[in-house]
Amino acid sequence: MKIHTRKPTALAALLLTATFAFAGCGGDDGGDSGSDSGSGGDGGGALSMTMLPKNLGNAYFDTSTKGAMTAADELGADMEEVGPETGSPDAQVSYINTVAQQGKDALIISANDPDALCDAIEEARSADVKVVTFDADTNPECRDLFINQATSEGIAAKQLELIAEEIGGSGEIAILSASANATNQNAWIATMEEELASNPDYADIELVDTVYGDDEDQKSFDQTEALLQNHPDLKGIISPTTVGIAAAARYLSDSEYKGQVALTGLGTPNQMREFVEDGTVASFALWNPGDLGYLATYAAAALVDGSITGEEGDSFEAGELGEFEVGADGTVLLGEPFTFNADNIGDFDF
Amino acid sequence: MNTDVQPASEVSSGEALLVEPSRLSPTRRAITTVLRSRELSIFLVLLAVVVLATSKNNSFLFSSDGWRNFLLNPSILVLLAVGQGVVIITRNVDLSVGSVMALTAYLTGRLFIDHPGLPIIVVIAACLLLGAVLGLVNGLLVAYGKVPALVITLGTLYIYRGIMLTWAGSDRINAGDLPREFLRLGTRSVLGVPMLTIIAVLVLAAVGYYLHTARGGREMYAIGSDPDAAVLYGLPVRRRLLAAFVLSGALAGLAGALYTARYGTVSSSVGSGIELQAVAAAVIGGIAIFGGSGTVWGAAIGAFLLVTINRALPSLGIEDFWQRAVVGALILGAIVLDRVLAVRQARKLAESRDRS
Repeated sequence: MKIHTRKPTALAALLLTATFAFAGCGGDDGGDSGSDSGSGGDGGGALSMTMLPKNLGNAYFDTSTKGAMTAADELGADMEEVGPETGSPDAQVSYINTVAQQGKDALIISANDPDALCDAIEEARSADVKVVTFDADTNPECRDLFINQATSEGIAAKQLELIAEEIGGSGEIAILSASANATNQNAWIATMEEELASNPDYADIELVDTVYGDDEDQKSFDQTEALLQNHPDLKGIISPTTVGIAAAARYLSDSEYKGQVALTGLGTPNQMREFVEDGTVASFALWNPGDLGYLATYAAAALVDGSITGEEGDSFEAGELGEFEVGADGTVLLGEPFTFNADNIGDFDF
Repeated sequence: MNTDVQPASEVSSGEALLVEPSRLSPTRRAITTVLRSRELSIFLVLLAVVVLATSKNNSFLFSSDGWRNFLLNPSILVLLAVGQGVVIITRNVDLSVGSVMALTAYLTGRLFIDHPGLPIIVVIAACLLLGAVLGLVNGLLVAYGKVPALVITLGTLYIYRGIMLTWAGSDRINAGDLPREFLRLGTRSVLGVPMLTIIAVLVLAAVGYYLHTARGGREMYAIGSDPDAAVLYGLPVRRRLLAAFVLSGALAGLAGALYTARYGTVSSSVGSGIELQAVAAAVIGGIAIFGGSGTVWGAAIGAFLLVTINRALPSLGIEDFWQRAVVGALILGAIVLDRVLAVRQARKLAESRDRS
């Protein structure tokens, strides 16, 4: 009991101290990794932006920052990356405050919490900092734009496209999902079911089973085995979860079904590299975090120079990615998921 | 004719085994022991599950994958159940094994990433060592702190998991980070028997033999039967408890290394909840939760049964919820059976005492 009452107080004290400490020492904290374009814009002249991922040392965000740096170079902007070591919501607040004090032009952030950061972001925006979220959004009213990596329709359609291609357009398929109550998974599965029923291209594909691996390696493993056993004619498996697809790939890679049952879904290149190289998996999908950071930077630049305001229907140019339009709720969609295969997997490290 | 033999034929062989085993001939004694053992009944349940699942679907056992998975899937749980069994026999419990396993699984990955070219045997030794040290911490706290093991190891479960979360964070070990040779250890078979199963069986045989024959092993049973009497009798209780926890930790450490070899991915949630499966395997396998009786053979068969049921039920088309319910029913059944047998045994002993 004692411990329970004491802990939040201690935490609050710690946080307060941390906030003061960060607020006190201005611009040069935490930004030592990846800030190769120099730091500290002076307001006038070059565009200055800060990249604030959920946490540092995370390969996914390293990739998105790399994309953002590329865009910043193209734009001639100063880009600095700062971020906490761990992905807790409170940890990002001090960095947002710092950005406001430095008078940067824009903040690109992957939010650790949709609500907790809003006050700090509000303060930054009142100091004329444009705020673009990517990867994980805050409440729509507290930021200028959100760069959405993919829609459920896009994700569902992409996975069906990949599996249809690999099994030659006909045969039995099954889905290995995360947990039975995962909202995003269920939305994707429902969309896939609709698409299978309505799209004539998929008329010969039959979804015979959906199983749940609960995003545990071991359970996903066992469920893959059960799928293969219960459906001897199974031609392909879709696993729209990074844990599931890696476990299923590991199972398939040394089973008698390797090369006979196709596997695709959502995965990260580092997890899947082994299995793409040994031929268990031909291709899988995910958005490209590099493109995400790249697009977010162009969007932030467009906001700063006033060519867009974040209204629905605004459009802007994003370098080599082409033209994008702002959708409802100040959201910009990156596009359909990116396909990883043996030809390009070597280019990615996340 | 011979009046001395008369009472012997009156009592059943089971009762004779209980009251005065030496009255039976050695062969008959051995047969009766086996026939009346809990291990055999659990083994028959396991057999029934396998037969049922195979009759529904031939490839459950008679395909190269099916046969391999039947032997391979339980081997990690067997290691944990053996360690857990020894601890439970001393009337303790080790709930921290899942967290220990997670730490060593991650250590395995980190060693291969940070020190490429490190021999596999060195990595496995490091995991055994780390597991043993973590087990020693449990043992010291239990043996010298005089706090129930349930509380201590529940605490270390969270502490070790906390260390794991801090250490690994959102990082995960992927199959691509590990040497091929090590990954092959997780799937390779020798004469149709997977390597991991061979390792698990060797450990099981060594621990089972020690418990059955060695003085230290018998003393563990004595401690579990009556801790106070064991102290009064002058048994080295603390030393035996330390040994039990170190063994359990070391086996969890080994299990962590083998987990990495088998699954090829390690995230910070590895092994969450597996400690309960290990306890369940031991209890289902006939180790009394209050210590003092049961064998690690039983625990190993219990582990096989748990894993095989989990494999079989989806094949039989039974839903997720019922799979868990079946495991729960098995545990309850085992404990009720335990209780019934204990009461009956006490009654029989009392009866034969009154008769003589």
